[in-house]
Amino acid sequence: MTANARANILSRLRATTIQGQGPFIVPDAPIIAGLELSLEERIGRLQRMLETMHAEVRVVSAGGWLDEFKAMLRTRALNGLLYGPAAPFGPALEAAWEADLPPLVPYIEPAEQCRERLFSIDAGITSTRGAIAETGALILWPSAAEPRLMSLTPGLHIAVLDAKTIFNTFAEAIDQQHWLRHGMPANALLISGPSKTADIELTLTFGVHGPKELVVFILS
Amino acid sequence: MTKTADVVIFERNVAKALDDGQLRRNLRSAMTTLSQRRRALFADTEAFEQLRAQGESIRRRALRQLPDLLEQLEGRCTANGIQVHWAETTAEANAICLDIIRRHNARRVIKGKSMVSEEMHLNHFLEEQGIEALETDLGEYIIQLDGETPSHIIVPAIHKNKDQIAHLFHERIPDAPYTEVVEELNAIARQELREKFRAGEIGISGVNFAVSETGTLCLVENEGNGRMCTTAPPVHIALMGLEKVVEKLQDVPPLLRLLTGSATGQPITTYFNMITSPRRLDELDGPQEVHLVILDNGRSSIYGDAERRATLQCIRCGACLNHCPIYIRLGGHAYGHVYPGPIGSILTPQLEGLDEAGVMASASTFCGACEEVCPVKIPFTEILRMLRNEAYAQGESEHDVKGHGYRYTTVEGLSWKSWALYNTRPGLARIGSQILGKLGQHLPMIGPLKEWTRTRTPPLFAPKSLHQLAQERGLDNDR
Amino acid sequence: MTDASSPPIPRPSKVYYFGTCVIDACFPQAGLAGIELLQREGIQVIFPQEQSCCGQPAHNSGFPEEARRVARHQLKAFAKDYPIVVPSGSCAGMLKHQYPHLFAHEPDIEEVCRFSSRIYELSEFMVKVLQVRLEDRGEPVKVTWHSSCHALREMAIVPYAKMLLGQLERVELVELQNERECCGFGGTFSVKQPAISAAMAHDKVNDIMQTGAARVLSTDCGCLLNIAGTLGYRQLNVPAQHFAEFILERTQ
Repeated sequence: MTANARANILSRLRATTIQGQGPFIVPDAPIIAGLELSLEERIGRLQRMLETMHAEVRVVSAGGWLDEFKAMLRTRALNGLLYGPAAPFGPALEAAWEADLPPLVPYIEPAEQCRERLFSIDAGITSTRGAIAETGALILWPSAAEPRLMSLTPGLHIAVLDAKTIFNTFAEAIDQQHWLRHGMPANALLISGPSKTADIELTLTFGVHGPKELVVFILS
Repeated sequence: MTKTADVVIFERNVAKALDDGQLRRNLRSAMTTLSQRRRALFADTEAFEQLRAQGESIRRRALRQLPDLLEQLEGRCTANGIQVHWAETTAEANAICLDIIRRHNARRVIKGKSMVSEEMHLNHFLEEQGIEALETDLGEYIIQLDGETPSHIIVPAIHKNKDQIAHLFHERIPDAPYTEVVEELNAIARQELREKFRAGEIGISGVNFAVSETGTLCLVENEGNGRMCTTAPPVHIALMGLEKVVEKLQDVPPLLRLLTGSATGQPITTYFNMITSPRRLDELDGPQEVHLVILDNGRSSIYGDAERRATLQCIRCGACLNHCPIYIRLGGHAYGHVYPGPIGSILTPQLEGLDEAGVMASASTFCGACEEVCPVKIPFTEILRMLRNEAYAQGESEHDVKGHGYRYTTVEGLSWKSWALYNTRPGLARIGSQILGKLGQHLPMIGPLKEWTRTRTPPLFAPKSLHQLAQERGLDNDR
Repeated sequence: MTDASSPPIPRPSKVYYFGTCVIDACFPQAGLAGIELLQREGIQVIFPQEQSCCGQPAHNSGFPEEARRVARHQLKAFAKDYPIVVPSGSCAGMLKHQYPHLFAHEPDIEEVCRFSSRIYELSEFMVKVLQVRLEDRGEPVKVTWHSSCHALREMAIVPYAKMLLGQLERVELVELQNERECCGFGGTFSVKQPAISAAMAHDKVNDIMQTGAARVLSTDCGCLLNIAGTLGYRQLNVPAQHFAEFILERTQ
């Protein structure tokens, strides 16, 4: 059935000598100048855009983010923090951990074996591959070191971003990070805030099926 | 004049919708908000015009190479480990899904929002096979609870207000308290669905764009349910209409911006999910199997005609619904088919045949609001006119739309012939206008005039026509 | 929005006037007003008695053959090379933008395109070609404006009509809340989908009443027929008037 369907569909699409009023014209695409912001402006725009979408953004120094992060955790009652030991800051996190903080929970087993934990843990921390200033979005390429569900199942998602990887636009990120040459990851994500919905009377509310909160540490 | 079946059904639906004051208030308020948000985002009209020219160009370029791009997509997906299936009909697509579900002995599927699955009537089909299909997008979840179908392609429960949803949740969800607070309603749905995500066996989603050069399936969403359905269960089935393919990865950014901006005025959605392969060997999560079902269901016949092909440019943003004065008054259900509003009115008669849905093409004043906002410049009014022509075209028709000629009657044919005669014989017209002028407002209230005067005073025909007045004033006749 | 209207041309000495079938039968005074506005500017107005309808009703209702037959009749009636002025955005849109579609596969397409290139909507012609200056001689009045969809989008001439109204010093223009929304006329739509059409006209009338305007003006008599009929049916005393008639009345 399927093999036939394929052949039939493709042959129908190929058989067409366009009928109707003349040829099917493809107009030229205008060249649109993208944003060209300085690093500082990119940080500012990203912060503004993310905050509009109810993300919390903290611009911190690369050396000082861990302390600020820990201070933030101390203000909240969390049952644990999901992290990837092989993430760029995994070892630093482990080294800096203290007893009064929520326990560090490594994501090192296949999801099938830790499903309960993944769906019940309060927080998860991930790195980011970059961000987009124009629309406000983080770029995540989940991997073995930082799997896909880390940014989805915990109620609080903390993302750590290197300011140098903030691009003007999505197109620029694809281009400058060589997504094509690199080859696409199994899953790539743009994330612009905590999960939200406006399905009831268009009333915007945050925290539906994904994280209720997104906190972004921009390391400048 | 006898009415065709589609007309009779539509008129009944229209009467019901127009009579529902609550529905009309809900819709008016929601559509006004959506169009205001869109306008605010695209306030720089010059930049927007450039962006949509780009969108049109991208979609048309993809369509021009459609069979090649589909083959490339299949090749890349397969190389990436995604299993590709082709379905000529919705029945075939349903059978493919069922087969996958059965092979995994699954009893329940969790679904992200997919209009193609609505087109397939997948939920109904699966239920008949004893498989529960659970909608997880909040809007879809609401309407599924109430046994309804989406009334809008982006905001499926927009016809309901929060009071109605409050009652629905309280009545249908065990132990759900009665609340009209939107946040609390959301929390109820979150709690109900979270367990289903955790235990999900099969996830089903749609596809917003499929990138042929990389074999990547792109999904746009805000709630996170789409990511849940495509990440948590061991199996993910993605359903797409065959027109959803784009050529390049770089085609995605402008289309994404046009899609989210046109749909809801958002610069971007919360999540843009790009899936290129199932769980790789070293990964700890993600589905072990990803299936892509490519559905034709009449699209390839639309493809063969230059004028009809533009229908396939659509990226399903719903802006044409939000701005349509007719959709705003009727909502989606009155159209009687899966895709409502202007896009439904051009797509459905071509997919299902004019004899099934031709009436949808008559649900337009040609006001052009849809065309004005369409992010990929679909020439709606041209296609609607073409469909109206086809509805009356007997014998061989120019565009060969299924069911063409279904609406032709000798009476209507003759009345247009007489109209043409009247308007090409000035002598006749002169006599006619004299008669109308004499009758003035005392015309027999039959036929079109009867319809007109249900809610309006009859047109007052002037005692002397402009022709007569011009002659009396001695205007040059150029003869 | 791109300017879909015709390019400016040097001031001609003669123009053709296409009166439209709705004006011919129901609003001849509006038609005459348009003629007088042109004559007043020293333009000789030619009114071919052979003219009838632009063909839009059939073109929009699935009868292209009949539409072409009637369209060809207009081509003959307006055979000379004068600009053709049309006191309707909708009929002008049909003549200017729809004829080339309607005749795309016909042998006389080139002749049709030449014809279409001569089409001007009245307010567009008054502003762009004649650069009319108006002097208001009327009493202060509050009016509102209904943009016909084809005047607004297909012809994009509403700015010209509003420029003319703007020259009338004692006329206050109060805009409708949903000015860009269709009134529900749509030609044969009004009788093929009477319930939807009526609902749209009803809302339009509510919008008009909310402005507190003494009159509603438009470039299009099809819409006016619909709006006036609904106003009348609801016994609301707001005249619906063609803008040419209004302008003439205030500047005489």
